[in-house]
Parts: sequence; C-alpha cells; structure tokens
Amino acid sequence: MARTILPFGPQHPVLPEPLHLKLTIEDETVVEALPTLGYVHRGLEKLCEVRDFNQMIQIVERVCGICSCLHALCYCEGVEQIMGVEVPRRAKYLRTIWGELHRMHSHLLWLGLFADAFGFESLFMQFWRVRERIMDIMEATCGNRVVVSVNVIGGVRRDLSPEQCQWIEEQLAVSEKEIKQLSTTILNDYTVKKRTVGKGVLTKEQAYQLGAVGPMLRGSGWAQDARQTGYAAFGELGFDPVVEYDGDSYARCAVRFRETLQAIDIARLAIARLPAGETATNVEGAMEDDTPKPVAAGERRDIMQAYNRDKRHRVTAAPPPNLDLPAGLVAAKVKGKPEGEAVTRVEQPRGELMYYLKGNGSKNMERVRIRTPTFANIPPLLAMLPGCELADVPVIVLSIDPCISCTER
Amino acid sequence: MLETIPLTLDAVRDVAKECFDDGWRLVTMSSVQVGDDSFDVLYHYDKDLVMKHYRLSIPKDTVVPSISPVYFCALLIENEIRDQFGICFSDIVLDFGGALYLEEEVRAMPFCKVSVAQKQS
Repeated sequence: MARTILPFGPQHPVLPEPLHLKLTIEDETVVEALPTLGYVHRGLEKLCEVRDFNQMIQIVERVCGICSCLHALCYCEGVEQIMGVEVPRRAKYLRTIWGELHRMHSHLLWLGLFADAFGFESLFMQFWRVRERIMDIMEATCGNRVVVSVNVIGGVRRDLSPEQCQWIEEQLAVSEKEIKQLSTTILNDYTVKKRTVGKGVLTKEQAYQLGAVGPMLRGSGWAQDARQTGYAAFGELGFDPVVEYDGDSYARCAVRFRETLQAIDIARLAIARLPAGETATNVEGAMEDDTPKPVAAGERRDIMQAYNRDKRHRVTAAPPPNLDLPAGLVAAKVKGKPEGEAVTRVEQPRGELMYYLKGNGSKNMERVRIRTPTFANIPPLLAMLPGCELADVPVIVLSIDPCISCTER
Repeated sequence: MLETIPLTLDAVRDVAKECFDDGWRLVTMSSVQVGDDSFDVLYHYDKDLVMKHYRLSIPKDTVVPSISPVYFCALLIENEIRDQFGICFSDIVLDFGGALYLEEEVRAMPFCKVSVAQKQS
C-alpha cells in the first residue's frame, strides 16, 4: 500500500504550542512518527553564564509559565543543596501550597484543552471556569496569576496570613465541589470514552523502558511520583500517587483528574499544618538586614485599591481577604557563591522535572541543565502513535500534555 | 556534593545494558564543558526513586557510543548534546546530524564556552 507523509503541526488547532510531527501513514493508519523540534528554542540554560545565580530564578521561571513555581523550586533546592542551606519549615510548607496550586491550574487547563481536542466545548469552558478561581488565589497571595515568583534561595519571599489561609480553604472547597460535579462527564460520558478508551496505549513495560514520567507513567500502572522523595514539605504530609492501569488516553485523563482533587487535599493539609516561623533563612553568612521589613502602609493601600478595582474578585464565593502582607516578611539576601554539583527533582504537573546544577564559586552557575517532563515523554509518544488511526492523533498527542516551551527551553 | 561513578568510553553501552536489565530507568544525560578541551557527560539513572550517576570524562572530538540502541529514549538527549556541545555519538538510532534545534548551516556549538568546534559529518 502506498505511503503518505503527513505533517502534523507545528500549527494545528489541537496544539497550544508548536510541535511538528512527520507522520507516515498507510491509508488512515499511522505507521511511523518522527519529531521536529526547534520552533521556540530560547537557549535559557545558556543564560546561566551571564546572569547571577540569583537572577537565574527569574529565568527558570520563564522556561514554562504554567509550572513556573516548580521550576524555581527545583532550581532553588539545587542551589540550597550546593550551599548547604536548611530552609525553614514554614517556607517548605508555603512552597508546597503554591506548588500544588500550580498543579491544580495546570491540570484544569489540560482537562479543558483535552475536552476541546475531541470537540466538547462546554466541558472545556467548565474546567477553565474552575481554573479561574485557582488563578484568583495565586493573584491574591502573590500578585501574579501565572508566574508567581515566590521562591528565593533560602526560602520564599511571601507569607500567608491566617485570614488568607482561611479564604484559600473556602475557595478550595468551592473548587473541589465544582470539579466533582464535572467528574461524571469527564470520566463516564459516552463520547469522552469513545474518543479516549484504548487510544494511544502505552504498556507498563514500555512506559518504564521509554522513560515516561508523570501521569504518563502512572497511567500505565507505575506508582512513582517525585513527591515521594519528600522535597519541600511532602516528607511530612503523607502521599500516595494516583495510579491507573490501562495505559491509554482515558487512563492518563483519569490520573490528571484525580490528581487535581488530590492537590486540593494536599494544599488543604499543608495549610492546616502550616508551622509558625520564618519564611526565609540566611544563606552563607548574615543577611544584610535581619530586621523584618513589613510592607509600607502606602504600598498596602495601593495593593488594596488595585485589588478592589478588579471586579473579578467580587463574584467569588467569599469576599477576598485583607491583602496586607503579614509582618515578618523578609527580603532574603544571599551571600557567598555556590561551588559544587547537585541534581534535584520535583514533580511538575506534567511529570518529573530534573535539574543538574554546577557552580564554580563565581556568581554565575557553570551549568544549568534542565530535563523537563515533556522532553522525556516524546519518545513514548513516538512509540504510541504507530498503529493508531489518523483521527486519533490529536487526542493521543494531547494526552501527553505537551509543553514545547519546556521541551526546548 | 554529587556522588558519581567514573565511566570509561568502552563501558558506556555495557553499563547501560546492565542498568536496563536491572530495571533502572534512564532519567537523562547531562553534559558540561571542563576546561577548553574536554567534557563531562553524566548518565543519570533511577530505580524506585533512587538515583545513580555515571561520569564519563572525554577530550574534545571523542565519539561516544550511543546508548539509544539500549534506551530508545536516549535518542533525543544525545541529539541535543550534539547540538549544544558538538559531542558526536556513534550508532544513534535516529541521528539528526546536529540539526535537532539548529539549522544545518550553523557551525558553532552554542554551549561551548571558549573554543569553537566544527561539526563532524
């Protein structure tokens, strides 16, 4: 039978970012898939040679907006490991809370996009409506909706007041209720199952041998999650990975849906156990000023006025909390330079993220190597596509939750 | 400090095969330039959330045996290293020839710090 080579992407309605696959098809069946990368490569790793190791936090946050907090967390943990810094417990819990908020909004974004991929527009809008509430929490606690920029070497730059914690819990309760209302549709609807069950099967053995990570790995029956290593506060929170066993697009969807609810539980537990104490610690010597620096009164007023002007917050279930940042907020100053190597891992929404860092005792890192989850999930995708129908390619490609800005960095 | 196991060029694929047979997952490979004329290539493996790291130290222009025949997922990593550092891998299952990210006419290796290496055919 004659073979046709069909370009899939880089511009395609189902792709939020430019991935190009060269599909070889026979009739309507894919027999081979080859990737082409490089459309959004920015060389961010290279910037470590010209940016101070503290400035690199802002760079790595921009590797990917959707999981910016976790990139910064992974980088900061690596530098802290090299410099021998013990982060305060409260900072670890705060990192966990914002990390899980990122997981929620990333998974909700993906669930919406996935519904859109098989033409379920109303479900797409419902998931994104819930996501707005999570974005509101991040805006109210960090000032930004996507790139929250809370991590610094030695701790976090923001704190949560008791009022904010209570408001977040209320918002999470409403979100949880709304997400559960969508469970029947995303998990049991006939059309959803018709488009996802048995599509893009990755067996348990294939998943491990091909280096799959995250929901790809857990959707194929592996109970492995980088959060089990106990970074941030996960060592104290107790945690069982969400696992599905069929290895198809439906299983990966189910993992992400259940992980969204689990992230709410983890964030709620972290808030309930949030220890008192500092949010940042000295790094390699004393900070420039150990006195807590509360936000100036005029700045507080500006924040409140800006917040009140934004009408979006008036439709939330409860009134927004007082946005005064709690006293004790410390601007951590880092002294000393990192020298040595470290490997750190965190669990991004898309899977395991790994940083290899090498410092040479100067203000610049010698090497920042970032292995993102989508980069690891492309080889399994190349194994899943052969044998599938051309019409199923968009759903299968989206089922890996591709992030090309992460992949190419 | 990162603990690494020294690796020789001859043992690269044997060690990979051993790890594969023992159920280790290839997390990734990292490369870093050491001085003007040599590189470190690190192989990161994981099993039950425990990692081990092998370090291969090589002079410039060394051709490294590809582990992609053992770990298929190494193909993108090795192609990326070739793009960035100009390190060539032999018997790679899918060789982009230094053009995974870069255009074919690009001659400089963007991640090499001092010297400019020429691509090998």
